[in-house]
Order: sequence, then structure tokens, then C-alpha cells
Amino acid sequence: MKIVKIIAIVLLVAFVGIQFIPTTRNQSDTVPSTDFMLVNNVPETIQKKLQVSCYDCHSNNTQYPWYNKIQPVAWFLEDHIKEGKAELNFNEWDSLSSRRKASKLRSIIKQIENGEMPLDSYTLIHSEATFTEAEAEELINFITQLKDSL
Amino acid sequence: MSKLKSTLGIVAIAFITLTVMSCKDNSKEQNSTDGDHSEMNHDNSDGHHDGEKREMAMGGDSNTQAVLNDYFNLKNALVGDDNGKAKELGATLATSLGNFDVSQYNDTQQSELKDIVEDAVEHAEHISESDIAHQREHFKVLSKDVIDMVAITGAEIKLYEQFCPMYDGGTAWLSTKEEVRNPYYGSQMLKCGKVQREIN
Repeated sequence: MKIVKIIAIVLLVAFVGIQFIPTTRNQSDTVPSTDFMLVNNVPETIQKKLQVSCYDCHSNNTQYPWYNKIQPVAWFLEDHIKEGKAELNFNEWDSLSSRRKASKLRSIIKQIENGEMPLDSYTLIHSEATFTEAEAEELINFITQLKDSL
Repeated sequence: MSKLKSTLGIVAIAFITLTVMSCKDNSKEQNSTDGDHSEMNHDNSDGHHDGEKREMAMGGDSNTQAVLNDYFNLKNALVGDDNGKAKELGATLATSLGNFDVSQYNDTQQSELKDIVEDAVEHAEHISESDIAHQREHFKVLSKDVIDMVAITGAEIKLYEQFCPMYDGGTAWLSTKEEVRNPYYGSQMLKCGKVQREIN
């Protein structure tokens, strides 16, 4: 009994303690001129979908959920966003060469086709981020067109 | 007294946990930057050697040959349907691409080559951590990168550009041998494809 109590207290103290470890937050007021939406003629429905389903991890501005400041959630989010932006940052789209753009567009198509993106851990909470079959098709058609026009 | 002791103990444990956790990240970062440094140094010294040995990119250089060798090893692993080996060789190729030295080329070639290398590294890295279907998808684009690279650098050895019309709307790759061994299908369709160009 005493042991359980001690463990519980240790966990509690650790939990409170980790709340003080700072994390970097991914937030920005400005949209750079290299943004995917600004340099490409993206239909409105697709713009919305990309914003909701992709931009949280693939741009400089995340719409954080309310619990985002609670550790260890904040770490988890920070990590995912960092990885997501390293792979593809829609805000910096136009700074890529045609070759790099073609590679990224190809990956977008494959990952949407295979249902790899958005991540399950993301759609679990953001159910609106999931792609319906029609939405996926619309996006893939658009991205394919864009790739062929490079 | 014993209460005080256990409270002290708890605080100590919590403190240690926190310290250990925050230290772990730091040391990891330190390590990775150290690694980068030594790699960069290595890179430079290699570049010097090449510069002294060769005047211009006529018929390729050892720099390109290192990339090509790793590319062919990777290709052979995919021909053999060997996912694990392809992972390893993808990582090896990513390293040799990272060490690729562009200093002996002119400005336009340099920017083109840097672009090719950056793209190719990413595909090689993905190959190092994917299942075989994904590896082949990335190998397609990687092959295009390497073909474009050779168009600039040339190669020391004779190469065959081969083409499989079936894979993803038609896909090319490079081989050192004339006979076709298809890296996109492996044993499933080993001989699908044709030589579409000879280089050198």
C-alpha cells in the first residue's frame, strides 16, 4: 500500500515537473510569398482541405488543440511537426527546384492514394482531416496536373 | 522522521528522472552535430584529392563512380527482392551522395548537381526505411536523378539505360550489363524491359 502511494506521488511530481520543460511552438502570423496556395492556382475546396488536413504539420503555423501545452502531449506534437516540416513545408513551396517539387508532388499523390497521410494519430482527433474517396480523387487529380505542368 | 525521509526520497527520484530526461536530448544533439562535423571534414579532404587528380569532368570521376557503385548495389538488391539489404544499401548510397563533391564543375553544373544530389539523398534515405514496394517507388525517381547526374558528370564505365514500360507508366534505370534484370519487379518479371540507350 505504501509503495503504491509512493509510486503515485513520484509519478505526480514527475508529471508536474515536466510541465516546466519548454517546447518550441510552431506559430507564425505571416504567410510567406513562397506558399503553395499563393504560387499555384489552387481551387478553393482543395485549399480548405489542405489547410485542415495538412497545414498543421506541414507549414509554419499550427492550429493547436486545447491540450497542446500539457506534457507529454506537447513533446509528441513538437516532434511530429518538426518531422513533418522537414519532409515538406507548404509555406516554403516555391523555394524548391522543379525537380524537388516533382518529387514532393509524387510523394503527396502516393501517400494520399495509400492512405498514409494524414497520420492515423492525427485523424483520431481531427476527424475532419480524413479524406473521403471523392476528396482524395479531387486532390490527386489536381496534384497530378500540377506535376505534369512543371 | 520516516515521513520526511520518504518525501525527500520522492523529490530526489523525481529530480533525477527529470535531469536524466532533459540530459538525454542534449547529448543526442551534441552527438549528431559532432558526427556532421567529422563527415564534413572528410568531405573536404576528399574534394581536394579529386581536384588535384583531375582537371575537368571528362569521362566521369571517382566521386561519381562511388555514387554509381552504391546505386548498382542497391539496384541489385531490388532485383533480388531483398528488402533488408536494400535498406542498408539505401543508407550507404545516401552517405556517398552526401559526400559528392561538386567543386570541379562550373556554376550552372554545380547548382544542377546540388539539386540532383539533394533530391537523390532524400529518396535514398526513404529507401533505407521502407518496405520493398516503397523502395521501388523511390528508386524510380532516384534513377532519374542518377541518370541526370551522369549526363553532367559522365561515367568511367559503359552504362546501359534500361526501360520497363509496365512499371508506373514507364520507368528507366541504369545498369552495367546489357542483359535486363528488372529492379522494379524482381523475380516477378525479371526480364521485363529493354535497353533504350547506351552511355559511353
